[in-house]
Amino acid sequence: MAIEVRIPTILRTYTGGEKSVEGSGATLDELFSDLDARHGGLRDRLVDDVGLRRFVNVYLNDEDVRFIGGLGAPVHDGDTITVLPAVAGGGR
Amino acid sequence: MRYDSLLDSLGGTPLVGLPRLSPGPEVRLWAKLEDRNPTGSVKDRAALYMVRAAEKDGLLTPGATILEPTSGNTGISLAMVARLRGYQLICVMPENTSAERRQLLEAYGAQIISSPAAGGSNEAVRIAKDLAARNPGWVMLYQYGNPANALAHYETTGPELLADLPEITHFVAGLGTTGTLMGAGRYLREHRPGVQIVAAEPRYGELVYGLRNIDEGFVPELYDADVLTRRFSVSAPDALRRTRQLLESEGLFAGISSGGVLHAALGLAERAQRAGDRADIAMIIADAGWKYLSTGAYAGTLEEAEARLEGQLWA
Repeated sequence: MAIEVRIPTILRTYTGGEKSVEGSGATLDELFSDLDARHGGLRDRLVDDVGLRRFVNVYLNDEDVRFIGGLGAPVHDGDTITVLPAVAGGGR
Repeated sequence: MRYDSLLDSLGGTPLVGLPRLSPGPEVRLWAKLEDRNPTGSVKDRAALYMVRAAEKDGLLTPGATILEPTSGNTGISLAMVARLRGYQLICVMPENTSAERRQLLEAYGAQIISSPAAGGSNEAVRIAKDLAARNPGWVMLYQYGNPANALAHYETTGPELLADLPEITHFVAGLGTTGTLMGAGRYLREHRPGVQIVAAEPRYGELVYGLRNIDEGFVPELYDADVLTRRFSVSAPDALRRTRQLLESEGLFAGISSGGVLHAALGLAERAQRAGDRADIAMIIADAGWKYLSTGAYAGTLEEAEARLEGQLWA
């Protein structure tokens, strides 16, 4: 089983510079734990004791997971997870 | 239609059907044309409301200086309102925004302070907050946290939508300051239970997300996730493709953020169609494509346009 997880620049110190890593799990929560086994410390940057960290946005197939189950969101083979820091963006 | 002055013509924008892009008679897409505002964008609503609120609160006095972190439309709207109501305007904006925006701001008489491209609008906001603290006489209306921004949409955009489309099932708009979605979203949820409020958030190139640490992130103070039903992240390539589709299929010359909104709307439409549900999906066309022509988004192949947009704040 392979789920692609895209990592923002700021967190690539945990992945040896890799912009994308693979993992497995039935839910996002399990996936993050799985990643943490190979990239120690990564989970802690994404999740605190309440849930997803405030300034971290996680998208499952381009949809913000907070609206589709959060950490409990089911994930499947072939899904893509994108992690991005919350930013003001542009254009306003 | 006749108005006493330009500002009086604000709002009341048309809602046009998109028959060629709509999957079928039961699932219809609608576009609210916010480029039909005094300076050509949805921001005119928020700008006027924020200025009027500040005047009412006694924060803005004749000749006062307004400061705002803005990479475009809000600055342009504020520049127009400031000009007409006798205020000075200073905009803090990232250096990598399109030439047309800067030229228009300067033509209205606004001053521009450039912030570094890396770190995008986070950096512009930080610099503006710092300047505001060091210049207490200046007034920062602060679109990202000013309730008058969302109120503009609660009082105008939302009611207009419901009046034109009482059968609305979905409302889709770009997510930036979050004012449009929070204001119109709240209004629609109050008056049309079950309506879905859907955000289309632009996804930029890596440079824009280059923070020093993850706790340096930014969430607009206006944002209340409870108002949204779903939130999508749309890449520049998808937004571009859809912007061109709007032009080619419906003759609508829209800005690139509108392509992002269409991308999300089409996903919703497809879902409704598959489920056999009726849907009336209204989307915000925040502005027209004029300010984006120099980005090369409308010329050449899609691949060439994508390459040109990389690193730019395209929405």
